[in-house]
Amino acid sequence: MPTTFIKAIHDAMFEEMKRDDNVFLLGEDVGILGGAFKATEGFLQEFGAERVIDTPISESLIIGAAIGAAILGMRPIAEMQFGDFITCGYDQLINMAATLRYRHGGRAQVPMVVRAPSGAGVHGGLFHSQNPESYFLPVPGLKIVAPATAYDAKGLLKAAIRDNDPVLYFEHKYLYRRIQEEIPEEDYIVPLGKAAVRREGSDMTFITYSAMLYPSLAAADRLKAEAGMEVEVIDLRSLRPLDWETVFRSVRKTNKVVIIHEDRKTGGIGGEISARISEECFDALDGPIIRVTSEDTHYAFSPPLEEFILPNVDKILAKAKALAAY
Amino acid sequence: METKEDRELYFYLKLTREFEDRVSKLHRQGKILGGVYSGMGQEAIVVGVCYGLRREDFISPIHRDMGAFLVKGVDPKRLMAQLFGKKTGLSKGKDSFLHAGDLERGVFGSTSMLASSLPVATGAALKFRIKKEPYVAVAFFGEGASSRGDFHEALNFAGVHKLPVIYVCENNFYAYSTPQNLQMAVEDIAIRAEGYGFKGAVCSGNDLHAVMKTAHAAIDRARRGEGPTLIECKTYRYHGHSEHDQSWYRPKDELIEWESRDPIQRFEIYLEKRGNNVDQIKDETEKRVKETVDEAVRFAEESPWPDGKEALEDLYANPF
Ligand SMILES: Cc1ncc(C[n+]2csc(CCOP(=O)(O)OP(=O)(O)O)c2C)c(N)n1
Repeated sequence: MPTTFIKAIHDAMFEEMKRDDNVFLLGEDVGILGGAFKATEGFLQEFGAERVIDTPISESLIIGAAIGAAILGMRPIAEMQFGDFITCGYDQLINMAATLRYRHGGRAQVPMVVRAPSGAGVHGGLFHSQNPESYFLPVPGLKIVAPATAYDAKGLLKAAIRDNDPVLYFEHKYLYRRIQEEIPEEDYIVPLGKAAVRREGSDMTFITYSAMLYPSLAAADRLKAEAGMEVEVIDLRSLRPLDWETVFRSVRKTNKVVIIHEDRKTGGIGGEISARISEECFDALDGPIIRVTSEDTHYAFSPPLEEFILPNVDKILAKAKALAAY
Repeated sequence: METKEDRELYFYLKLTREFEDRVSKLHRQGKILGGVYSGMGQEAIVVGVCYGLRREDFISPIHRDMGAFLVKGVDPKRLMAQLFGKKTGLSKGKDSFLHAGDLERGVFGSTSMLASSLPVATGAALKFRIKKEPYVAVAFFGEGASSRGDFHEALNFAGVHKLPVIYVCENNFYAYSTPQNLQMAVEDIAIRAEGYGFKGAVCSGNDLHAVMKTAHAAIDRARRGEGPTLIECKTYRYHGHSEHDQSWYRPKDELIEWESRDPIQRFEIYLEKRGNNVDQIKDETEKRVKETVDEAVRFAEESPWPDGKEALEDLYANPF
């Protein structure tokens, strides 16, 4: 039976909690309700209120308490009801979790995961649509993942839970019930820090992650049909650490790059990727490195505004065709 | 005997209920997108606190406080257009719902980050203090929001400086699905005021007169320079957390019990006791309310959508 993206997340946590009783959950409405998006449905019944904790509305506490338990050997999974609210626990992540091991001279670790439903496209408006990954990108000590497929959603979450560092797990809520696929019954992980090549090609490279994988693949298919172009599509999966090897290898093969992400352009990860490619592969480039991102504004609510802001297949196509002409 | 004030209070109670009822229906019909949160059952709090406030008085309502907007004089047409995401809405389609205010009427538009408006309302009160203006700031929030640091940080500062601010907690016993006993180890949020050096008061949030008495005493004290008050109104929301939520986590009889304390019915009983012809007042009010809401819906439906590129407007006061 095909597994949805949200079910994959559910199953990853469920199996890890069965496997290791140091794993526990905390967050708003994760227990009685089973989570605002039903990611933890049935967990309270299965694991009890000691391991599935409905917290007060207090993100600083949720993240801080997860840190406290983690340094003593627990493996907490903290849920942000919406990724946007992660800003309310920002200090704990940036100053506390990220620096902890460093300032303890390597003699401490913070094995925890913060799950954060992110992204737009569901009429969430300004405060239920953000892509907060770039708020965290410059911070060493944190790991950041953002899966696009159900297989990866499960495998990356398991890897994140077993990892000994704080991992931010951005799950795009647009994918929750729109994406499904057959995934293995047996236990598997998707290693942190490894990108996936979703489509092989030699004419151009698309670099993307999370929900933008799908319009990127669709645009690649159309470029094949309309212009006979073979586009290679890289799904980063991990944003920190980022799999530069896969990126550079592809750029050296195709010589043309479009970076596609839903986060805003200014300060988004596309800028960093672009800069690194220029540093490492300048001689291999046959054109400018192009970004297709959300507009530099807030994630407005009204449908025509949201449509204007977000990247889509047509916007990717137009940019890719212009680049192809170089 | 019927007074003008009674008529107005009744009108605002009924308008709030009808407005929200219509919003729920429009949401079910798919005409209003996104999350919709109903304050049905809690109307007496916002009406009781806001009635009699001056235009310059500052309020920061939350997601269940449609009535606060209405009593404070925000145009119901623009409020409805806001919910539709239309260009004529308060935020011109930038966001839906109550994330836009109307500062000309002293109404602050909050963010979704619960309790974040409390420090801001405190800052508004600070301005009144610095400029020696006779105004007050009122911050609404749920008991759930009182768990956040922003709540405590705001109250602490207001206590230190005896600011003219009233913190109004609408305690409906649930934060989404989380019951009060999992949110805090105390029964009354109001006692927290003591820790910050001022008074707290508890009242029934379903009794308009109890709310008015408590709130107006606090507002008067604030205007006299006697500092902040934390008011806790015990109440109940009839609907789920949002219109997507069936709220099965609440016991059925709890809702039935609270419905028997309905703030509007209670006010009608009061009107009757005062020797009024309630049937007549009811008919007249309902007619006026229906006209107002119908007009608001018509306005919202007929209003244009914003143009896509307007998404780039209103970011800066001094664009480059
Ligand atoms: C900082 C923050 N965390 C989480 C949420 C998600 N959320 C929205 S409303 C809500 C429950 C609010 O409860 P309460 O403050 O008691 O107000 P009520 O909805 O009961 O009126 C939650 C958890 C949020 N809006 N802001």
